[in-house]
Amino acid sequence: MRLRAWDLTIERGGRRVIAGLSFEAAAGAALIVTGPNGAGKTSLLRALAGFLPIEAGGFALEGGDSERTVGEQAHYLGHADGVKAALTAGENLAFAAAMLGGDSSRKTQLAALTALGLPHVVDFPARLLSAGQRRRVALARLLVAERPLWLLDEPTTALDAGAQTALGDLMRAHLEGGGILVAAVHGHLGLDGARELRLGVATEAVA
Amino acid sequence: MTPALALFVREWRIARRIGGGASVGVVFFLILVAVMPFALGPDLNLLARLGPAILWIAALLATLLGLDRLFQADHDDGSLDLLINGTPPLEVVVLVKCAAHWTASALPLVVLSPVFGLMLAMAPSPLALVAATLAAGTPALTMIGAIGAALTVSLRRGGLLMAILVLPLTIPVLIFGVAAASAASGGGAPFLAPFLVLCALSLAAIAAAPFAAAAALRQVRE
Repeated sequence: MRLRAWDLTIERGGRRVIAGLSFEAAAGAALIVTGPNGAGKTSLLRALAGFLPIEAGGFALEGGDSERTVGEQAHYLGHADGVKAALTAGENLAFAAAMLGGDSSRKTQLAALTALGLPHVVDFPARLLSAGQRRRVALARLLVAERPLWLLDEPTTALDAGAQTALGDLMRAHLEGGGILVAAVHGHLGLDGARELRLGVATEAVA
Repeated sequence: MTPALALFVREWRIARRIGGGASVGVVFFLILVAVMPFALGPDLNLLARLGPAILWIAALLATLLGLDRLFQADHDDGSLDLLINGTPPLEVVVLVKCAAHWTASALPLVVLSPVFGLMLAMAPSPLALVAATLAAGTPALTMIGAIGAALTVSLRRGGLLMAILVLPLTIPVLIFGVAAASAASGGGAPFLAPFLVLCALSLAAIAAAPFAAAAALRQVRE
């Protein structure tokens, strides 16, 4: 499996944020998207997830399910957590699992929350959780449904050191299992051998 | 659990919990019906004659009131991303969300409408038929409203714009709804013809609106 993008051009509000970007990521490879604010990191990830129209070029998940779009084979985790405040952490995960084609059993929820160090909040309403805890519930979604491509936008936001380590372990396990990871970060992600995709600030983007 | 069932259960839970807004429509309905006798005066015959129209206007406004957050709440907290890239097609997602919304907020209106009808001095015997017209017509209101909700999903305070967009499309439902409800509570006009048109409007809206709303959601989100 291989994620390939060619001559990708994305415009936002009449401004060309990404122009002619090409890259490849094979199975087991991590691609770290870096760049200053406004360089188009989020736009790139949202375009790959299918939420933004692209002006030119294209992208594909070669060797994936040809019946589905790239976004339907991807986990997208953006700035908004997608965690419903009125539901408990477990209900949030059960819904995400059912929706994303995973296993919505309580055992899976507990295993996913345990991997992120939060098994005790499974029956807590999400509105009572702290920002970091809510983020971890959102990250637990990655584990309740298996999808080959992970698109993570600033996944370490609001996470403490322990949770960042746990996230690093999850990402390594995902890559070892043949998954592909594209993550936008400012800080350090703790992945050895990850390639960097540096986006420029102006209209030019460099692969 | 199938994705559609999981989505229905989730929507139902959110609507019934604190801040979910399922009871807003009923309370609004109650307010409108309760103040109407004070505004119209003590003429019971007039009140009874206007009753079906008042019930239908209240139902229309109560439905529109609750619908503006149908997709916006999911858009704001990021869970719309989940719905779009989930396994079921977006059209099914829209249909299930509307079904859950109708069950949580419009069905209570239908069930309580005989009580509200009594408050408007309507005769007790045809109230079941009036409730039936609401049951047949409110799905159309919900589905048409969903198109407006999808079009205004990314707008702050898009509720009013949504009402303006959607209101012209709901006028036929209102006309045939009031016609059927008035016929049911006497007056000699036939009941069945407007009632069947009402059913047809709902069925057409259920068939077409998911595609329109899903297309709007795909286009409008940025």
